[in-house]
Amino acid sequence: MNHNPQLNKNGELTHLLTIEGLSAEIVRTILDTAESFVSVAEREVKKVPLLRGKSVFNLFFEASTRTRTTFEIAAKRLSADVLNLNIGASSTSKGETLLDTVDNLSAMHADMFVVRHAQSGAPFLIARHVKPGIHVVNAGDGRHAHPTQGLLDMYTIRHYKRDFTQLTVAIIGDVLHSRVARSQIHALTTLGVPEVRVVGPKTLLPNGIENMGVHVYHDMAKGLKDVDVVIMLRLQNERMNGALLPTAQEYFKCYGLTQEKLALAKPDAIVMHPGPMNRGVEIDSAVADGSQSVILPQVTFGIAVRMAVMSILAGN
Amino acid sequence: MKIQIKNGRLIDPANGIDANKDLFIAAGKIVGVGAAPDGFQANRIIDAAKMIVCPGFIDLAARLREPGLEYKATLSSEMSAAVAGGITSLCCPPDTDPPLDEPGLVEMLKHRAKSANKSHVYPLGALTIGLGGQKLTEMAELTDAGCVAFSHADHPLTDTQVLSRALAYAATFGFSVWLRPQDAYLAKGGVAHDGEVATRMGLPSIPTTAETIAIATILQLMRSTGARVHICRVSSAIGVQMIRAAKKEGLPVTCDVGVHHLHLCDRDLGYFDSNCNLMPPLRGLRDRDALREALKDGAIDAICSDHTPVDDDAKQVPFGEAEPGATGLELLLPLTLKWATEMKLSLSDALATITSRPADVLGLSAGRLGVGCAADIAIVDTNRTWRVEREALRSQGKNTPFLGFEMVGKAICTLVDGHVVHES
Repeated sequence: MNHNPQLNKNGELTHLLTIEGLSAEIVRTILDTAESFVSVAEREVKKVPLLRGKSVFNLFFEASTRTRTTFEIAAKRLSADVLNLNIGASSTSKGETLLDTVDNLSAMHADMFVVRHAQSGAPFLIARHVKPGIHVVNAGDGRHAHPTQGLLDMYTIRHYKRDFTQLTVAIIGDVLHSRVARSQIHALTTLGVPEVRVVGPKTLLPNGIENMGVHVYHDMAKGLKDVDVVIMLRLQNERMNGALLPTAQEYFKCYGLTQEKLALAKPDAIVMHPGPMNRGVEIDSAVADGSQSVILPQVTFGIAVRMAVMSILAGN
Repeated sequence: MKIQIKNGRLIDPANGIDANKDLFIAAGKIVGVGAAPDGFQANRIIDAAKMIVCPGFIDLAARLREPGLEYKATLSSEMSAAVAGGITSLCCPPDTDPPLDEPGLVEMLKHRAKSANKSHVYPLGALTIGLGGQKLTEMAELTDAGCVAFSHADHPLTDTQVLSRALAYAATFGFSVWLRPQDAYLAKGGVAHDGEVATRMGLPSIPTTAETIAIATILQLMRSTGARVHICRVSSAIGVQMIRAAKKEGLPVTCDVGVHHLHLCDRDLGYFDSNCNLMPPLRGLRDRDALREALKDGAIDAICSDHTPVDDDAKQVPFGEAEPGATGLELLLPLTLKWATEMKLSLSDALATITSRPADVLGLSAGRLGVGCAADIAIVDTNRTWRVEREALRSQGKNTPFLGFEMVGKAICTLVDGHVVHES
């Protein structure tokens, strides 16, 4: 229960469950490896044989088209055999436990599980349970972590800004419910970003978030001042139902990113969003489609980063 | 049967005894302390050399899971676990299936417990029918059937008018009401303490206000109804402070702490260990330290195990889906000793928290070893180390945060009403 479950006996990464606890060295290695895969996408035959003969099972207990698709593309570019598990229709809905599902799939010679689950910590349970040699990649667990998203966001920042140690980064929106935000905060602080800000109303910023190494802002104008990187988080409709917010309109007025607000950041600031975007809620279309937006490149980089993660794990 | 327990170190906190004295038992009662009564001929002599001889422990909260929840545990297994832990009396909460809201059910439970011939079982009656928080139970009838107090277990009682009336009705007869302070709305959906650990782990959280607001409500209603209340499983520093102040004010309030909360805090959740999913949640470091101090200075009256056997299937799931609770009957003694050692308290002070002090909460003349008292005795080896493994636990609940840990302290022999009910 006490040793870092992501590392094997030799201290090598055998699962990717969270960025928390990873050294800056491991994070940089993943980013460097991703860089070597970016060129694969530009070739005519977009494949390398690194995972040939390996079976990658996408275990998505929470619906997702985007993330699942990018993992599938990444695995196929590595020449792996990919299986997508539609969990709703599978035995889980008949009452099979999570671990029984994993055991059954392991018996079908899975080499790697890519897991998304609504419960924080689910991938840890799976990682503790599978036999050595089977690797688990967390594709998002509850509010806890989305490490590949955090990594591709770092890749994106590095691509446009190069030096992390000179940056001010603002993460804006529903941090309380965001696994992406938590992973980003771990990655940014690990890579030495001197100022990480979270911006949002009190109802959407979790208790004690400062202890993760961030400065808390409730005023978006102050939070955006002289920032190099603006990361907008998605606002889900459910937040209006839980008495956390009154309306999407008021949210947009106070915390939505418009051209006007973006002007408070540095002139060469980049705008990021993990997607999918709610235009007119957290971000104005003009900004989303504007010259400072790097939202689409994020998606491209995501494939290379996921290829890097899977090849590193399979190699250990 | 006439029994002599010789060569042991007798510790009886209630009577301030800590000395090498023999104990003499006949007809289920203690008939001599230090010296045998005239003409006493022992049928059996128990040699307690190098052991502590003390009152059997009184556990204010132990779920036996019967009636209704036998797939989790049975009376037989849990009572064996209790006496193996040196526990000679225990209170069981009313959240069985069906809940203990009818005299017939209480009588049946008492009868089955008596047939097991192990610890005394003191049932807590349900405060409302079905623990539904709407209609009062027949408290007078239930008391006649054997209930020692009335409780709402972990079920929310959100209608403050019902709560107020239930307290007033209980106060009519001088019945004690046991309440776990948790505001249902503030706690809704939460599985961990609201703080930096839950934030980091992305777990839905239960703020401290869920406990303190409930305590404030309970104390106010005590003032207006005159009810006696025992607050169950206090978990926060602020909560403890509120109770301390209420005692100073003279309110008839007592409280207990779960033994796990004396040792663990939210950081111990580690990498999402479902065995640390407890209710109330393990709170912060400062809360834990406040609980440890409060037990020492008396703001908290007693320790209980809060024994809650949970089957493996309900724990081997993601943290937020797990059923809360930990097995505790066999860990109560070593964890109590550990707290006392770390707080630099005497063995007598340690044992008081699980003998005379819980007896005082219950208003029973148990938990002490004077002449004429029931011969409920634990013979304890305070130097015995043992490992917490599944096979080592007699309880069907193997759910413990301390799996694999070494414990110090074990009950070697337990007597209830002068009968040896456990020997190892």
